[in-house]
Amino acid sequence: MAFIKEFQTVSEIKGPLLFVEGVEGAGYDELVRIRTADGDLTGKVLDARKGMAVVQVFEGTFGVSKQARVRFTGDVVRLGVGSDMVGRVFDGLGRPIDGGLQPKPEEKLEITGAALNPVSRSVPQDFIQTGVSTIDVMNTLVRGQKLPIFSGSGLPHNKLAVQIARQATVKGTEGFNVIFGAMGITSEEAKFFIREFERTGAIEHSTLFLNLADDPAIERLMTPRMALTAAEYLAYEQGMHILVILTDLTNYCEALREISAAREEIPGRRGYPGYMYTDLATLYERAGRVHGRTGSITQMPFLTMPNDDMTHPIPDLTGYITEGQVVLSRALHRRGIYPPINPLPSLSRLMNQGIGEGKTRDDHYGVSNQLYAFYAEGMDLRNLVAIVGEAALGAKDRQILKFANDFEDRFIRQGFHENRSVEVSLDIAWDLFSEVPETELKKIKTQFIERHLKQKGKTDGSEGNSK
Amino acid sequence: MTGKIVRVTGPLVVARGMPGIQMYSVVRVGDMGLVGEVIRIEGEDVFIQVYEDTSGIRPGEPVEDTGTPLVAELGPGLLSSIYDGTERPLVILKQEGDYVVRGISAPALDRKKKWKFRPTVKKGDELDKGAIIGEVKEFNIIHRVMLPPTIGGKVEKIDEGEFTVEEIVAVVNGKSLTMMQKWPVRIPRPVRQKQDPNIPLVTGMRILDALFPLAKGGTAAIPGGFGTGKTVTQQSLAKFCDADIIIYVGCGERGNEMADVLHEFPELEDPRTGKPLMQRTVLIANTSNMPVAAREASVYLGATLGEYYRDMGYDVALMADSTSRWAEALREMSSRLGEMPGEEGYPAYLSSRVAQFYERAGRVKTLTGNDGSLTMIGAVSPPGGDFSEPVTQNTLRVVKVFWALDKRLAQRRHFPAISWLNSYSLYTEEVADWWVKGVNPQTTILRDWASGLLQKENELQEIVQLVGPDALPDREKVILMVGRILREDFLQQNAFTDDAFASPQKQIRMLEVVKAFNTYAMQMLEEGKSAGDLQVHDAVPRIARLKEKMGDEFEKEATLIVGMVV
Repeated sequence: MAFIKEFQTVSEIKGPLLFVEGVEGAGYDELVRIRTADGDLTGKVLDARKGMAVVQVFEGTFGVSKQARVRFTGDVVRLGVGSDMVGRVFDGLGRPIDGGLQPKPEEKLEITGAALNPVSRSVPQDFIQTGVSTIDVMNTLVRGQKLPIFSGSGLPHNKLAVQIARQATVKGTEGFNVIFGAMGITSEEAKFFIREFERTGAIEHSTLFLNLADDPAIERLMTPRMALTAAEYLAYEQGMHILVILTDLTNYCEALREISAAREEIPGRRGYPGYMYTDLATLYERAGRVHGRTGSITQMPFLTMPNDDMTHPIPDLTGYITEGQVVLSRALHRRGIYPPINPLPSLSRLMNQGIGEGKTRDDHYGVSNQLYAFYAEGMDLRNLVAIVGEAALGAKDRQILKFANDFEDRFIRQGFHENRSVEVSLDIAWDLFSEVPETELKKIKTQFIERHLKQKGKTDGSEGNSK
Repeated sequence: MTGKIVRVTGPLVVARGMPGIQMYSVVRVGDMGLVGEVIRIEGEDVFIQVYEDTSGIRPGEPVEDTGTPLVAELGPGLLSSIYDGTERPLVILKQEGDYVVRGISAPALDRKKKWKFRPTVKKGDELDKGAIIGEVKEFNIIHRVMLPPTIGGKVEKIDEGEFTVEEIVAVVNGKSLTMMQKWPVRIPRPVRQKQDPNIPLVTGMRILDALFPLAKGGTAAIPGGFGTGKTVTQQSLAKFCDADIIIYVGCGERGNEMADVLHEFPELEDPRTGKPLMQRTVLIANTSNMPVAAREASVYLGATLGEYYRDMGYDVALMADSTSRWAEALREMSSRLGEMPGEEGYPAYLSSRVAQFYERAGRVKTLTGNDGSLTMIGAVSPPGGDFSEPVTQNTLRVVKVFWALDKRLAQRRHFPAISWLNSYSLYTEEVADWWVKGVNPQTTILRDWASGLLQKENELQEIVQLVGPDALPDREKVILMVGRILREDFLQQNAFTDDAFASPQKQIRMLEVVKAFNTYAMQMLEEGKSAGDLQVHDAVPRIARLKEKMGDEFEKEATLIVGMVV
């Protein structure tokens, strides 16, 4: 396949697509270089026909004329990877933008990773302490999981991302190396991340791939693949534990829709292409652990739900692929609660693997279930009270209603710099439980109730004195 | 026959120069020999869906016709295996590396392993098509070696001994036969006749068995938005249902979930045989990032393997998680073919494909006259949790049991999050006899009472939303209370504790206990007690913890509670 040919036969330019005539034997997905009067561009083949190729140009087709020279390289898109990448900042296509030189590649890897054989996967089960109560206790993250954050415009998801990146640890191990893939975020947001990473020294363990809002939209389709290819190399070849933060997937999906529209494909829901599920899966499924290899890839993709709508195709398809979701709530945010994580629609599917005796604490499972049950009931009661007034409630219902308020105020709410251990978070929960009748704690085994509420009895006394 | 590629776009390849090629023939595509299947022929153009990634494939490369459709290899060695959507053994492929790379293949059945074959017919016997000719022990399942459904006649030669799946064990009607046979996955294996499904598939899940039962040979759908527990329910069914063989198809779902099944099933015991669950299970894993065309094939492969064990006379249960991903694969190929789309971009033939698939279920008389069954349970993943979408609606038109997952239940961690108001089963009457005769004569009465009460409770809840709970009369308050007991203490079941499997006896006994409490409570109201008194009755917390008890301890506690409320 060593044939390299250059063509000057562009017949049509449409959005990000070039139609090149007279091409014989261009490969599907092949890397293409386009020479224009203003400089070189890169792209890949989307449709390889006898005598014609459709090329998607990553940088966009601004300034491209029909005189452009199109060269088919005979190779697919690759990223040069090496351990020097740690601590560096790249653009969305993997070129350094921090003033440094291109790091020396130890290997050049295809950026569309092959599918991991399910037999090779080992089950994620190492508890990651993020220091955020709502995540650690109720939506526990484990190493090798993909857990997205569903946010909305104007919600403090960037703060939360930084807090998690800063605090995440697995007991008895060193921290994570962070790979940060930005797709279409503003330069202001990018600066916030870089500043926060620099302030805490985290930048030394981080690799950033930045495609900003004014960078070409089509390049965004490459950025997460660059980030994940680097992650796979560092995790599986260099044995590092990698936390991949991707933001914002909504921009990625918009770019996908743009390409699909330019190709005049039959649109699926809300104009997004029918293959968006498969496309997103090729990103999200690149999280995991592999038998016999030390490293791991944990993914935290961020997305903003258009109009806070969780049934919108972007969060919807994401939720079907990822192992749960953490949902931010505008209502909590308005009440000034940070982090505004609403536990009810949130979920971690791999939670059970990572909690319990020897991992977190033996009472964890029951405590979490009980918090869910009470908070759900409390929310129902809050709605009811809005109609019939609190006077119509019985004594027990009033206690549950109060529980829900306290829960938001003491458990969900915490500081941006407050790093709570899981034990501290669980103890806050017991503190809240001590104010409801013991018989209502149906989800918790009696032995734990006895142990923790009795203990509480003592501490309560001392707290009472200090008040 | 060899043709040449003229176009490559994603999983779709167009070739020319293959006159006379048949629809659904398997072809080898390109220099790498990727596996594909012919899905449309138009003039000179042959449209091929490729089961592997097509990156780097170019026009001009060859396409080779293999002359056969996509077939499944059937024979001893299937159990405890894990395959991809085209029956490539993933454990063997792992020897080539941790990634499923392209162009590699390995036979589904181990060619070297010797199996001890014991004939059950002798030379000179006249056999029907598909007859059983011998047995092999596959773990503790008797693997009945059958003639292919197309072959019958006089046994000319049959040997006992140890054979590989490629060695000849018998000659029937002039044809040399091995223990392995091949069958095209898209064609249902023939049976003598279908029978009425009137034996329940016991799942151990109270809401399913007691309220919405599935019959052996029946069909069920579990639609639900993400996070409502489709996969947990499917896995629970795979673990505890009383089928002999489980075929679990992970179709376009998560890799970590399959890893979890692979990790857990070899260690879990089959509650009835005490052997590892994996030994009665075949896994088909085509995760969401694996090629989309193979996803389409995976459900048919699952059905074929299921029918094969059914034909031996076993009760087989097939779980497909999720059929929506299969439908999406159809949609993706259809869209690339430029077909006129039906609803939401799905092809117009979606409805007939779904119906054909579920029609492969059934309780049957096999060709040899044995009873066997194939039960099919399909998860459906409706976008946005909206059940009005085409895949859910087309599925509900054909399946007999609808287990509706409810997001609101899942959010308050009511699991299994199956709605008792929206779900239904059309087998309730068919299987009632089995329960009444085999478990408890009161079953039907208890079941009707429980569903009636839950219905009533729901109506009252709507009133409570308007006037608050305190405004209700005591009698209604008690109904609310018993409804809550039924929901929380009977219907809720934790898939990760001992309570995950409740025997039919335990299920009915629990209903008896709750009903006894209800009768007592109503009587107490007559005698002047208030609903508030009953809320704090000593029996209430005991009923709440009754499900945690097992065996004799359970029965003792149940008797004690009933004693408290007479």
